[in-house]
Amino acid sequence: MDAGLESLYREVILDHYKNPRGHGVIEHADAEAEGQNPLCGDEVSIYVAFGEDGETIDEVKFSGRGCAISQAATSMLMEMTKGRTADDVASLDKEELLAEIGVPLTPVRLKCAMLGLTTLKVALHKAKGTPLPDGLAGFDDLELT
Amino acid sequence: MNAVPKLNAHTLRADFPIFEQQMHGKPLAFLDSAASSQKPRQVLDAMTEFYETSYANVHRGVYVLAERATEALEHARERVRAFLNAPDVREVIFTRNATEGINLVAYAWGLSNLGPGDLVVVTELEHHSNFVPWQFIAGKTGAEVRMIPLDEHGELDLSVLEGIAHDGRVKVVATNLISNSLGTINPVAKLAEWAHAQGAIYVCDAAQGAPHTKIDVQALGVDFLAISGHKMCGPSGASALWGRAELLQAMDPFMTGGHMINSVRLEKTTWGELPHKFEAGTAPMAEAVGLGAAIDYLEAIGLDAIEAHEHELAAYALGRLGDVPGIKLYGPPADRRAGIVSFNFEDIHPHDVAQILDLQGVAIRAGHHCCQPLMQKLGVAATNRASFYLYTIPEEIDQLVDGLHAVRKVFA
Repeated sequence: MDAGLESLYREVILDHYKNPRGHGVIEHADAEAEGQNPLCGDEVSIYVAFGEDGETIDEVKFSGRGCAISQAATSMLMEMTKGRTADDVASLDKEELLAEIGVPLTPVRLKCAMLGLTTLKVALHKAKGTPLPDGLAGFDDLELT
Repeated sequence: MNAVPKLNAHTLRADFPIFEQQMHGKPLAFLDSAASSQKPRQVLDAMTEFYETSYANVHRGVYVLAERATEALEHARERVRAFLNAPDVREVIFTRNATEGINLVAYAWGLSNLGPGDLVVVTELEHHSNFVPWQFIAGKTGAEVRMIPLDEHGELDLSVLEGIAHDGRVKVVATNLISNSLGTINPVAKLAEWAHAQGAIYVCDAAQGAPHTKIDVQALGVDFLAISGHKMCGPSGASALWGRAELLQAMDPFMTGGHMINSVRLEKTTWGELPHKFEAGTAPMAEAVGLGAAIDYLEAIGLDAIEAHEHELAAYALGRLGDVPGIKLYGPPADRRAGIVSFNFEDIHPHDVAQILDLQGVAIRAGHHCCQPLMQKLGVAATNRASFYLYTIPEEIDQLVDGLHAVRKVFA
């Protein structure tokens, strides 16, 4: 494999892609949202169940289809956000997820990588009124599915 | 039978400066011409010369430069007229792109002529540019949109037409000539005839058709036809809509403002003559000159030679791709399609396929190709698409096939 391939499709990405963590659906979830990537038509749904305090993410799952980058990034996100509070995740900096992904992304692939995080923040916004993610902030009237 | 003229793509490539570079240390295999074509030196030179010798705003000044610029723009309009075999040069309207041309018809004709009980008939093969405007205007007027479905070869199933005609008044039939996604060549003359039998107008999206096959609007019997300059070796920003003069005359303007008027008074403004009524604001002048030069370039090669070359490449690509394990090909057989091949590869997402191919110097499109209704029909979110043009050589298809083997290795 040449150097370019090695760096983008490194082992950890392929591992998350082939064995996604938190893949599935939570029935009667406390928060959920569906996101689309208009560039490729990919869709992801995110489901959240809160713990007894109603704030801490007890369980978080995702379903949908996507490329290796979006699926791996969303899988990593599931691991990163479980056990954190809604407020904490709503302010989660995208750099934190990018550091976890650990490979340089072109602007198009950045959208793939951010689909899960954006959708999760929308889910939390709908359930808890936490701030919308960058790019959607200020569009509170937007009809979010 | 006359021998089909041949072009030499290896020689023609020398006209295209873009191929003088490498990508990731490999020769550039550019297989995304259906999205936008590359530009030959002749087109770039024509635009530069216009800027350097003849540039001023058109149709206004009385000085020499303004006259030269106007002459250059109107010469380009005449080149488009001849290219489409349109009866009258006043029927050729410059637009930014084919999307704008279709929107012009949807708004300027549709808003005044559509209402409840009326049907707009499109196909499952449409680019969003020939679907969304109709859906939007139908929503505003109370008309309904119907779709002609595809059969298992990715070709239109015309057996539904009779049923559609019983559902309401068919007022518009809008289809493409060549599908940007599957390469399917649609029976436009037949559809136009059916449309007229219903008392409908027929609108042709020839964005993919015009680069690849000789178009004759009179022989096709269409009412409106939109072309996309940047897909046929012209620059981005200059395209054209052709429409029948009597329809255009009766229509309201699409956009209003400078240049498109006859007289403006506080109480009332009157519209200019065709084509100016539909060309508000300053035209894409240098770009239109570039489009005229692109037409000169294509006609010097010959549209029949370009078409034959693409059929040859499509057959070669379908054959070579068919030998790659795990490939699913979409669309009709090679003899019934233009130089566009859509495929999926095992269960690997097209974005990943295209990204790894890029590292092999191969540029293809991965996505829904602005055809989400079609993707829904195929049961996928996206496909890979390789598309060819007059400068495409078989070696680029070989490079694609080699690249796909590399993709497979990554995901093995």
